[in-house]
Amino acid sequence: MSTIGSEITKAGTAGTAPVRSSMWRQAARRLLKNRLAMLGLAVVVFMFAFCFIGPLFSPYTDNKIHLAQMNKPPSPQHWLGTDALGRDVLTRVMQAGRISLTVGLASMVLSVFIGSLLGAIAGYFRGICDQIIMRLADLLLTIPGLPLLFILGALLSDWKVPTEYRMYIVMLMLSLVNWPGLARMVRGEVLSLREREFMQAATVLGLRNRRKLFNHLLPNLVPLIIVIASLNVGGAILSESVLSFFGLGVMPPTPTWGNMIDSANNMIDFQKRPWLWIPPGFSIFATVIAINIFGDGLRDVLDPRPRK
Amino acid sequence: MSDLLEIDRLKVYFDTREGTVKAVDDVSLRVRRGETVCIVGESGCGKSITAMSIMGLVGSNAAAGPFVDGQIRFDGRNLLRLDRNELRTIRGREIAMIFQEPMTSLNPVLPIGEQIMEPLIEHLKLSRKAARARAIELIRKVGISRPEQIAKSYPHELSGGMLQRIMIAIAISCNPKLLIADEPTTALDVTIQAQILDMMRQFKADSNMSILLITHDLGVVAEMADYVVVMYSGKVVEEGEVVELFTNPKHPYTRGLLKSKPVINQRQDELYSIPGQVPNPLELRPSCYFHERCERCMDVCRTREPRLREVGDNGKVACWLYEEAVVHA
Ligand SMILES: Nc1ncnc2c1ncn2[C@@H]1O[C@H](COP(=O)(O)OP(=O)(O)O)[C@@H](O)[C@H]1O
Ligand code: SF4
Ligand SMILES: [Mg+2]
Repeated sequence: MSTIGSEITKAGTAGTAPVRSSMWRQAARRLLKNRLAMLGLAVVVFMFAFCFIGPLFSPYTDNKIHLAQMNKPPSPQHWLGTDALGRDVLTRVMQAGRISLTVGLASMVLSVFIGSLLGAIAGYFRGICDQIIMRLADLLLTIPGLPLLFILGALLSDWKVPTEYRMYIVMLMLSLVNWPGLARMVRGEVLSLREREFMQAATVLGLRNRRKLFNHLLPNLVPLIIVIASLNVGGAILSESVLSFFGLGVMPPTPTWGNMIDSANNMIDFQKRPWLWIPPGFSIFATVIAINIFGDGLRDVLDPRPRK
Repeated sequence: MSDLLEIDRLKVYFDTREGTVKAVDDVSLRVRRGETVCIVGESGCGKSITAMSIMGLVGSNAAAGPFVDGQIRFDGRNLLRLDRNELRTIRGREIAMIFQEPMTSLNPVLPIGEQIMEPLIEHLKLSRKAARARAIELIRKVGISRPEQIAKSYPHELSGGMLQRIMIAIAISCNPKLLIADEPTTALDVTIQAQILDMMRQFKADSNMSILLITHDLGVVAEMADYVVVMYSGKVVEEGEVVELFTNPKHPYTRGLLKSKPVINQRQDELYSIPGQVPNPLELRPSCYFHERCERCMDVCRTREPRLREVGDNGKVACWLYEEAVVHA
């Protein structure tokens, strides 16, 4: 009848409201407009390219000891000078970056995976799952991160873990220390998400738990997880550097930014040979700051709620 | 044949720190096949809790949940006794529900189309491809043009009215026997309200679905209802056929509501000009809960609770004015 007809034409005009592209594309567009975040991203990309591609262009990748070239200051042959064993510092910084970035990324992936999974399970199913997971997390959280890492690192040294495996052990250690904080954040988000009306609507639709958890909850967690993950890489790189600086993380001859600074750890090197510790120190600083700035930009952009 | 939905002496009591809140207290109602029943009453009288009980949304997480008692028989089964899996096959499939706020009832990060497809895949076991085609058909059916594009868009890209249409599309997707709509048009502006109500009526006529419509708006009741249940402070105070109730209201509360009802066909948000306020649910003593606001309050009203009893044909009222024993005394 006429009411229905007019209603459909009205709806028809309403239906021509602009339908924009997916929220991910919108987020990307907003991110591109965020200068600071893009600067952070550029630095991160540069550091990765520098560390992973840079050594391909270096003539000094053999790691040989050149006693004649010990502790030389920067020169046209060695842009950042050489270290106590006559190795090219620039090449060492790049190779160390490979390890530091890999350790940071890998431990982030592992801790984000464990943390999100356990946090989501705890928050969604609550009850006994929640109790067990969160008590374990609390236990790990009561011990401050760095001291815990130091203890673990000291144990590693006592157990004489071969140096080539220490890198992997350090990744595991960092993940072990980092997942509880992540799990707690994810759990909190899940607890609030599960009370949202659309979750009730999903229940009312008769959807299974699996579908509710993976189709409805998880996509809402993705922004949070991405932000946590990006900020976490920075933290992991920093922790690895601190550990290695104290000789409790990755050990020479495997170079990392942390243990490069450590090997310049005496007054003479510190005062007279700044090319030994400034490049790795600056690399850590620039990378961690850049990652955090980028992570903050992501956080601003990935908030799915419509902005006013 | 038994009625589609029979709620029998439903009680939902919340234990709070300050005391027990009897959100729903001894409510019985029935919805026949193909019938539209409206529950009306002021905010806080227990309409939503009644609806949520039907859906098994109260008392499900036993630890903190309220005390629930009574029976809710749907198509012969007592919904309050079903386990989680049995409930799941009824929700969305045989009973669908739409809420007041379409914007918050849809998942903000899932495309509209996906959300329409889900119950089709879950209950009708359609393939993703078939479900997608059916979803697009449903979007068209609720009067939205360019359904393919709408299917790909996200909730925040659509208006409230369009989202409520989408909610209706999802609700009717599996041809439910009962549609529960909790204030489905309260959040929408007046012209959109009319369109949404027209659409619900249309689908009901097409499919012989029953509707349990919750509202505080008598204009909506007049437009939609076959049968009306008036609630006050967790109790049914009057019920009856819509024409009878509108032409010959019995309970003083219903009369007050109708007196404050504006001109026909003109809805508005604030209907109530009945003096006084709803009593505090924590301070209810045996009495007619309406007595503080009732013009015709008698002594007995303050100390004894009137029972819901049949008056006239097919109507019921809970008021001492209609208890012969008292009136004759
Ligand atoms: N979780 C709860 N705890 C305590 N009281 C509640 C809870 N949920 C609802 N209530 C009470 O139940 C009563 C009925 O609520 P509701 O059914 O939502 O009313 P409405 O008729 O407006 O839909 C209200 O007085 C409210 O305070
Ligand atoms: S029972 Fe008494 S107080 Fe209550 S509505 Fe009837 S007359 Fe009024
Ligand atoms: Mg309500």
